[in-house]
Amino acid sequence: MLSEKELAEVEKELAHYEKRKAGCIGALKAVQKHRGWISDECLKDIAQYLEMTPDELDNVATFYSSIYRRPVGRHVIFICDSVSCYTVGYRELLRHLSERLQIKPGQTTSDGRFTLLPAACLGVCEKAPALMIDEDVHGNLEPPEKVDEILERYK
Amino acid sequence: MDNRTEKKREQKPLTGSFRADGKPLDIFEYEQAGGYEALRKAVKSMTPRDVQEEVKSSNLRGRGGAGFPTGQKWSFVPTGEGAPIPRYIAANADEMEPGTFKDRILMENSPHMLIEGMALAAYATGAEHAYIFLRGEYVTAARALEGALAQAYEKNYLGKNVLGSGFSLEMHLHLSAGRYMCGEETGLLNSLEGKRAMPRAKPPYPQVSGFMGKPTVVNNVETLCNVPHIIRNGAAWFKSLSLGQDGGTKIYGASGRVKRPGAWELPMGTTIREILEVHAGGMRDGYKFRGLIPGGASTEFLIEEHLDLAMDFDSLQPAGSRMGTGTMIILDDRTCPVGMQISLQSFFARESCGWCTPCREGLPWIVHTLNSIEDGKGEMEDMDLLLDQARLLAPGHTFCALAPGAAEPLMSGVKYFREDFERHIREKRCPWPME
Ligand SMILES: Cc1cc2nc3c(=O)[nH]c(=O)nc-3n(C[C@H](O)[C@H](O)[C@H](O)COP(=O)(O)O)c2cc1C
Ligand code: SF4
Ligand code: FES
Repeated sequence: MLSEKELAEVEKELAHYEKRKAGCIGALKAVQKHRGWISDECLKDIAQYLEMTPDELDNVATFYSSIYRRPVGRHVIFICDSVSCYTVGYRELLRHLSERLQIKPGQTTSDGRFTLLPAACLGVCEKAPALMIDEDVHGNLEPPEKVDEILERYK
Repeated sequence: MDNRTEKKREQKPLTGSFRADGKPLDIFEYEQAGGYEALRKAVKSMTPRDVQEEVKSSNLRGRGGAGFPTGQKWSFVPTGEGAPIPRYIAANADEMEPGTFKDRILMENSPHMLIEGMALAAYATGAEHAYIFLRGEYVTAARALEGALAQAYEKNYLGKNVLGSGFSLEMHLHLSAGRYMCGEETGLLNSLEGKRAMPRAKPPYPQVSGFMGKPTVVNNVETLCNVPHIIRNGAAWFKSLSLGQDGGTKIYGASGRVKRPGAWELPMGTTIREILEVHAGGMRDGYKFRGLIPGGASTEFLIEEHLDLAMDFDSLQPAGSRMGTGTMIILDDRTCPVGMQISLQSFFARESCGWCTPCREGLPWIVHTLNSIEDGKGEMEDMDLLLDQARLLAPGHTFCALAPGAAEPLMSGVKYFREDFERHIREKRCPWPME
């Protein structure tokens, strides 16, 4: 069941569109903000609300990289692996993060604090190498140890 | 540098009014800098056709990468009695082309400029609805645009009966959920309709049948930001800003191991060398220049001998490349050209929508082959196989421009750095190991 608050936010997303279906990406994101990820159960509820079949909605949900169909940690780290970052220390940053958090891209730390995911260019290439934690971009992470102090801000 | 060039260099219509602290210009600051004068002028004293004509004669070409003449694009929209309604404007603010960050800078610093440009595009094509299709990761830009939209409605630059003119426009901000294909204009329209961002067959072009099957103009953010300046100061002025045929200034950028990575507004047609050596400050100490990709990941590599070419839509063609987004990525002597290629091709492989066989099957195979070369397990035959695969990605074999875009850095990369690829194979290891 979607909560009142979630429903209100979904409605806000739908307001800009003539067809309810057209607002489905915004609706998924609004609900995900509350739940962290979109479970099968939750997908069904949203689909019903938008007058779509769950398959139809899942087809959309799985296409986009910032809609999670699997549980994620409390904080999601998107590390940019695109070309500008690659030339300015992406590999060193990834190695450092993996060692420190003891996870590979796609995995979540055992305490559920961080999920590490690869990301396409974050559009801050002048600050390469870069990563994004939740909604915050952090750049110029060379040497990679600069990320240690930043991680401390996300409990 | 002669005086004329020096004068042109001082003109920065897009970025000249930016605040020093990086905060977005609010509506009062924007108005003080001449903002919304163009919209006022257009709705009060120009016909939609006049606006189109002014933009046409300014030689403004699309800044999304392909350089399509903007005025001409607008002229394909059917208008007048019996033309389909409603019509739409979509600002392409998806900016996911690796190495590209210019639209972000424009939106974070001057959100009203984009809004005014879209309002003018809407007026010129009789559109009543406009969407800003923004990539979700651009949180700062989203906040700036949300604030600016509210202010613009409040002052009746948007909404019903704009400035008492009878022209009405509703504008919305749409936050995307992350996929490169959303930037392809027909993928964008599908995504805006709440579908997967698969491309559509063209024709029909979006100008005729776009969002919800209605006429839609899709323009890049930087393209739209130029429009208020053209309408305010005239086409002749706009043309005079440029060093070549294409009108205006251009936001150029540089990333990689240069001293000052960043973006600069310069006359269209500035040389690569000037951008690299003067504005980006040249290479960082201890690094040598080997090559660059001039305008985002899907453009062809250039090398030392090309540095004096002008960055505009036509000048790089003889060298087999193109300006693309105008934000260049530099390859230095301490970065492995094979590794850089793996980063490029992995991006395209991951972002492929899977519709066409050469793209869906070919790109993962290319990544696999590059990885085995990088790991010292490659064979000499792999070089020709790579090129064969790249040829299959060429225009005409696939449904959209993603696959041809992947072939561009691959073929040119192999051409200019073949010896480095072959060294991996001969020595059975990467000559640039990670420290
Ligand atoms: C895979 C792919 C991704 C694209 N991404 C963008 C983008 O993020 N922003 C953009 O303005 N154009 C992008 N384009 C180009 C658009 O399809 C379109 O040409 C452009 O938005 C037109 O605007 P303009 O005429 O103002 O340049 C992309 C094209 C392809 C094939
Ligand atoms: S070229 Fe690639 S991304 Fe474009 S339609 Fe074909 S499979 Fe999809
Ligand atoms: S390549 Fe990493 S932010 Fe652009």
